[in-house]
Amino acid sequence: MYSNGYIFRYASIMVILVAALLSAAALLLQPAQERNVKIEKIQDILRSAHIASTTSDAEQLYDKHIIKEIVINAAGEEVGVYAGGKFEKGDRRAFLVDVKSELKAKQQLAQGKQAQEPVFPIFVCRKDNEDIYIIPLYGVGLWGPIWGNIALKGDFNTVEGVTFGHKGETPGLGAEIATDIFTAQFPAKTLFDANGNFTSIKVVKGGVANSSIDPAHGVDAISGGTITSNGVSDMLNSCLENYVTYFKNQKAL
Amino acid sequence: MSTAKTEREPMFSAKIKKLLLGPLNKDNPITVQVLGICSALAVTVKLEPAFVMALSVTAVTAISNLSISLLRNTIPPRIRIIVQLTVIAALVILVDQILKAYVYDVSKQLSVFVGLIITNCIIMGRLEAFAMANKPWPSFVDGVGNGVGYGIILIIVAFFRELLGSGTIWGYHVMPKAFYELGYVNNGLMILPPMALIVVGIIIWVQRAKNPDLQEEN
Repeated sequence: MYSNGYIFRYASIMVILVAALLSAAALLLQPAQERNVKIEKIQDILRSAHIASTTSDAEQLYDKHIIKEIVINAAGEEVGVYAGGKFEKGDRRAFLVDVKSELKAKQQLAQGKQAQEPVFPIFVCRKDNEDIYIIPLYGVGLWGPIWGNIALKGDFNTVEGVTFGHKGETPGLGAEIATDIFTAQFPAKTLFDANGNFTSIKVVKGGVANSSIDPAHGVDAISGGTITSNGVSDMLNSCLENYVTYFKNQKAL
Repeated sequence: MSTAKTEREPMFSAKIKKLLLGPLNKDNPITVQVLGICSALAVTVKLEPAFVMALSVTAVTAISNLSISLLRNTIPPRIRIIVQLTVIAALVILVDQILKAYVYDVSKQLSVFVGLIITNCIIMGRLEAFAMANKPWPSFVDGVGNGVGYGIILIIVAFFRELLGSGTIWGYHVMPKAFYELGYVNNGLMILPPMALIVVGIIIWVQRAKNPDLQEEN
């Protein structure tokens, strides 16, 4: 028989040893993991502008195509401009802005709580002598977070391309938002109506053709993935509305 | 291989060989013991994740079997399940971290299922049934055998699901274009989990038909 003291000592020592082993492994592997996450982010940004990349040439292509990273505040003013490896204005780099926490800050301010002033990132991508503006998105699906990037043409209105990602939406249903079948619906859609009002792009249950929504501002939802589809709709609206003032100012220039 | 001491067993005696090869066929964890089915359904849409999953489970069963066997005389029986779980959980976290660092794409595809190796009944089952009562080397071999036995079924299932569901093998297109021109279409049902159950069922059927001693007397 083992005494209680032995059992406690045994358990404590084992737990400490295991904790030490796992911490060591986490520390050792962290740089490689962070690099993977960074490269994935780069690949997603490039993919929304239809630039294919592999894990090995992603960083190179990013430096080549993304000519400017802009950070704007809620009033649509540029507070950070990063280009060619140095800051031209401010000290915020779009690549390092966490959209999730900025949206949370915005929400907290709206509720009257204390929070930092939110900022929103834009990536300027030059492809075939045309400037494309890429905006990262973040929202909520059915089971967890969803995210993505939307690339707009120089008129700040027409969609060039989109990418979506998700943590764990239902395979075959909600998870289809990440497939080409779904994202291929977005190019050439527009964010503003003829009067210049922001309409965003709606993901329409039952199909755009059967709804009252202008086909220029709507795409078909995924059958059986209604909550995820609505999540995409809400994400596009809540993320893009932060840029409306900036877009209007830019167009007025 | 033979050793000088007569009482020492050779490295690959008949008994050890049985431990290693048994789970591949007559003692297979999936098709005979029907353990670990859930993960077999989840990760077998494509060959690559199935292969990585098989490798991960083999590593975890083998190393956890070895560690528990080394510790078996010191583990207080009253907390043995907790000790086993701690060892498994630690190994699974290690595997997950390594996958995230070196095969990020695959780790994304496997997502939660790597974490769920912890709940894979094969591993707990082998620790309780074998490693707690056997020496380190046989335990290690038993772990490898069961891991590979599980992996083989995963890979067979994934082979058919990927071939018929996507027309690819390991991501490469193998279905000739001419087939598609004649009206052949990929079977979307193969991608969905129920078809994994049916494929496993067919494997069990074939295996039982070939091994009369697996058939229950009725």
